[in-house]
Amino acid sequence: MSFRFLYQTVVHPRKVVKDLGDAPTPQYTAATLHGSLQIRHVDAGSCNGCELEVTSAFAPVYDAERFGVRLVASPRHADALLVTGPVTKNMVEPLRKTLEAMPEPRLVISLGDCAHNCGIFNGAYGVEGSVSDVVNVDVHIAGCPPRPEVIVETLRGLTGR
Amino acid sequence: MNVVYVVTVGLAGLIAAILGGALPLASRVGAAVALTWLSCGAGIAAAVSVLSSGHVISLSTTAILPLTGVTLVLNPLGALFVISISVVALASTLYWLGYASHGLDTRSASSALPLFVTSMLLVPFAASVATFLVLWEMMALTSLVLVLTDQSRREAARSAAQWYAVMTHAGAAAILLALILLSAHSGGQTFADIEAHARHLSGAVRGTIFVLALLGFGSKAGAVPLHVWLPKAHAEAPGPASALMSGAMVNLGIYGIILVGNELLGGGPVWWWLLVSLLGVVSALYGALYAATSSDLKRLLAYSTTDNMGLVLIALGASGLFGAVGRPTTAAIAMVAALLLLINHSVFKGALFLAAGAVQAATGTRDLDRLGGLMRRMPVTGVVFFVGALSVAALPPFNGFVGEWLLFQGLLHGLPTSNTSVVISVAVAVAALALTGGLTVAAFVKATGIGFLGRARSIEAAEAHEAAITMRLGAAALATLCLVLGLVPMLVLPAIERAAASAGRVSATSATGGWISLHLLGLRGVLAPSLLAGGLAIAVLVVIVIRRLTHRRSHAWPAVNPVEPWGSGRKLQTARMQYTATSFAEPLQRVFDDVIRPSRDLDVSHFVESRYYIERIAYHTSNDDVLERHFYRPFIASVRWWGQRARRLQNGSVHRYLAFGFVALVIVLVVVA
Amino acid sequence: MNGLTHVLTQVLVALFQVAAVAVGGPLLLGLMRKVRSRLEGRAGAPIHQPLLDLRKLFAKQRMRPRDSSWVFGAGPVVLVATVVAVTAVSPLVSASPPLGQSSDFFAVVFVLLLGSVLLALSALDTGTAFGGMGSSRSMTIGALCEPALLVAILAMAIAARTSNLPALVRVGISHPAVIASPARILALASFLVVILAESGRLPVDNPSTHLELTMIHEAMVLEYSGADLGLIILGESMRLVFLLGLFVNLFVPWGVADRPGVLFVGLGLLALVAKVCAVGATIAVFEVFTAKLRLFRLPELLAGGFVLALLGALTAVVR
Repeated sequence: MSFRFLYQTVVHPRKVVKDLGDAPTPQYTAATLHGSLQIRHVDAGSCNGCELEVTSAFAPVYDAERFGVRLVASPRHADALLVTGPVTKNMVEPLRKTLEAMPEPRLVISLGDCAHNCGIFNGAYGVEGSVSDVVNVDVHIAGCPPRPEVIVETLRGLTGR
Repeated sequence: MNVVYVVTVGLAGLIAAILGGALPLASRVGAAVALTWLSCGAGIAAAVSVLSSGHVISLSTTAILPLTGVTLVLNPLGALFVISISVVALASTLYWLGYASHGLDTRSASSALPLFVTSMLLVPFAASVATFLVLWEMMALTSLVLVLTDQSRREAARSAAQWYAVMTHAGAAAILLALILLSAHSGGQTFADIEAHARHLSGAVRGTIFVLALLGFGSKAGAVPLHVWLPKAHAEAPGPASALMSGAMVNLGIYGIILVGNELLGGGPVWWWLLVSLLGVVSALYGALYAATSSDLKRLLAYSTTDNMGLVLIALGASGLFGAVGRPTTAAIAMVAALLLLINHSVFKGALFLAAGAVQAATGTRDLDRLGGLMRRMPVTGVVFFVGALSVAALPPFNGFVGEWLLFQGLLHGLPTSNTSVVISVAVAVAALALTGGLTVAAFVKATGIGFLGRARSIEAAEAHEAAITMRLGAAALATLCLVLGLVPMLVLPAIERAAASAGRVSATSATGGWISLHLLGLRGVLAPSLLAGGLAIAVLVVIVIRRLTHRRSHAWPAVNPVEPWGSGRKLQTARMQYTATSFAEPLQRVFDDVIRPSRDLDVSHFVESRYYIERIAYHTSNDDVLERHFYRPFIASVRWWGQRARRLQNGSVHRYLAFGFVALVIVLVVVA
Repeated sequence: MNGLTHVLTQVLVALFQVAAVAVGGPLLLGLMRKVRSRLEGRAGAPIHQPLLDLRKLFAKQRMRPRDSSWVFGAGPVVLVATVVAVTAVSPLVSASPPLGQSSDFFAVVFVLLLGSVLLALSALDTGTAFGGMGSSRSMTIGALCEPALLVAILAMAIAARTSNLPALVRVGISHPAVIASPARILALASFLVVILAESGRLPVDNPSTHLELTMIHEAMVLEYSGADLGLIILGESMRLVFLLGLFVNLFVPWGVADRPGVLFVGLGLLALVAKVCAVGATIAVFEVFTAKLRLFRLPELLAGGFVLALLGALTAVVR
């Protein structure tokens, strides 16, 4: 590991990270988070397209972590529940249980058109309904799949950074 | 006055036994307990007067044993043991009042228990070979009766009693041999005579005597490889009896080693103490490992006794070693550490066994895999076990920590030396201490966490009731003593110093201090247990206050919300999904697989119609004691085999038997001539 | 009056050390995350982000499992209290901390162990499989760390003829040759392995994993929320800072205040911050390039640490 390598990666990293401008005005007052948002993600039945975009949102280019957002392993540690996909019949109870396991104050963010209105899976035999049919949704991010910039901008609207 | 105390100890115990056997059900336990208390009280009074004045009490009479006479002398070392035994006995007999209805109110139990306590109290008084052996035997027999309590319902108790009976008598035989050798060469059988003549014995004889005594007393103390009876007997004995056996009887094993090694023989060469240390290291590691992998609550506690006795043996060995190479300061510290470890062990092990007895009485089982959630159903017992567990794990602010610290200091300051055997043994001892400490912590987190915390794993545990008030009082008394001794070890240190001094070859005081801190004399080492505990208490209060203050009360949700545990959102969460004791210990067991060698049995049965469809899988694993499985059982099997073959000698012919007698007589005459 | 001012200054120094470690813990956590992010090519959260996280956590609702007992709530409290108690009396900023003569290395280790034990017990109190798993693995690693740790302390204590912690630091300042002695170097190498194991850093445990079956320490805290979780995060980060602070003061003691005076204490703080940040950043860099060890390879790692410590102890004796 050479000094040049260390310099380029630690001291002066190449600008992979995209500059996303100033913070938008906080639109959602359901949570006063003081610039810190921990998210628990639940896949209620999605095709994984939205998951890829979420992964991209936390990856080097869009890097949502610099705005105070982090994915956590347990709903007890989380402030927001990020749900993707239409809710399939088997995922109704687990989704409700996950929300009940979260401490107040808590938010539900539904990501993608499938979470909003079942999208292309509307009426399928394994689908129970959209996320708002099962739990109360506070924030919605539209798109199929939504672009990472949109995801990050919504999250910035929550943290205010 | 002192003589009156001594007589009261014996007499009160005897009357207690008689009343316990004679009175009707309603009053026998109460009378026995009251008189046992009198006996213990007299013992404490005698011991306190010896420790405070420094004079010994002596009493000898030919009334009871006409041929040899009974000689009783109490020196400071014995006094210390008397006090520790009395304390455990007081708590255990109080506990017995509440426990009696679980099978301990029979005539045999009510007379055996007081007699057991009295014989244990009198062993440190014994000052002649005959007195000692009579009391030793009485102690063994009465405890055997106690193990066999309610044995018609428990097969395991019978087997445990068999092992116990055989091994304790084998140990007694070794002790008998050692003491007889001593008295034969000394021309008298009182300990005073023996001490006076001991230095004239040859090195080989002294060595033999010491090794025999070490084996005999070590077996009683639970030293590996002679410990096999301990997990069986201590686990099968009923609550107060197991507390007495683990908290008081094993102490007498150590007393015997100090008696023979230090007092009677007056110290010895380096190899003696290396042997003691070796036994200690092996016992500590073995006991801690088996405690960590055991799922039977009382068996776990019994193996922990082996572990702690191993630590005491390490300390004793270190003390003798340092004394033999000419470092009296560290020898003194090590001896004080040994005695402090012993006293601490009595107190916390007594508390643990009493709590375990309460759990067994309330749920009917000792299996940790079937317990759980008891902290809410039995709060006092739970807290007692919690305190005892933290004490065994040598965690501040309880008493186990001070003893371990003192031992570490003794080993540490003994190290800058040029003697290779000392260097190696001390380094090995420290490593062993550390590993056993870690394993003990794991074992007791398992015992407390699986047994008392979480959710109940069986109906019996879910419906357990708190123990009777006397049981709670007895157990809580010992637990409180754990805390008090941890905060103010100076309460017992002067007594221990006197006792260590009377054990010979050690300097008068090694550690001093006031109520706050403990200083090592002549060395740089200071510990302030009460300050430490005070600091912890203040920190805890501060943290709790901060937690309260930072919570916003303006919202509608409750401050602390009891909810379903988070189980990844699965629909059904049962108590059986929790970790069991076996699963908790599994990583450790895997690491030490080669030592423990658990036996595993996998039975897969298929459907008749097709080999590919499995009907039932049964998995059986057991952690039998590896020494028992690989040495004792083959040995017993071979003895049995030889016995079978020897039957051929007995063909019923009187002529042959007469011939045997004649040949034996001729051989004896030849040898004696 | 002299006695009173002395006591007052001691209390102030203690509070100062505790405050420094309490603020420094989350900051160190933030720094290590920042370094990792940078090496991964991201910008990463700002260094003070964990402080914001804690501020938010302390205002959230606390939940406890229905069948848990008082032990569940006691776990986080005792964890933080033990670290606070040892921080107040240890030679981090000053080489003569309050109650310095009773500040024994063995006592410090056992007090920290008390915190770990209470955390493991409270994990078992949750009544979930995760709690038991985290507790079991954590206790196994703890049991195997103990020999390495205690023999390392022995190795350092033999040379200095005492196990008193400030004395060990002071002997490094007054006799620099002691620091270069093989005993101390080997002991500190072993101590570093133990620090990584006890604080749950790679290669022993991945602190940011989401896969429950790979968790060791995280599995114990899955059930905590609100102020309890905040206390646990604070306690763990304070413990890391404390252990690293001891490590650097035993290895590179220059900068520690060995004379009384506000200037010296301030310099001591700066030195501590600089040294701990350097070690923390190095550990973060090391973590990026290391994979997590299999659980059953850990005994080999810890045995290696033990052998290092044992060699250190033997070289300390055979001078």
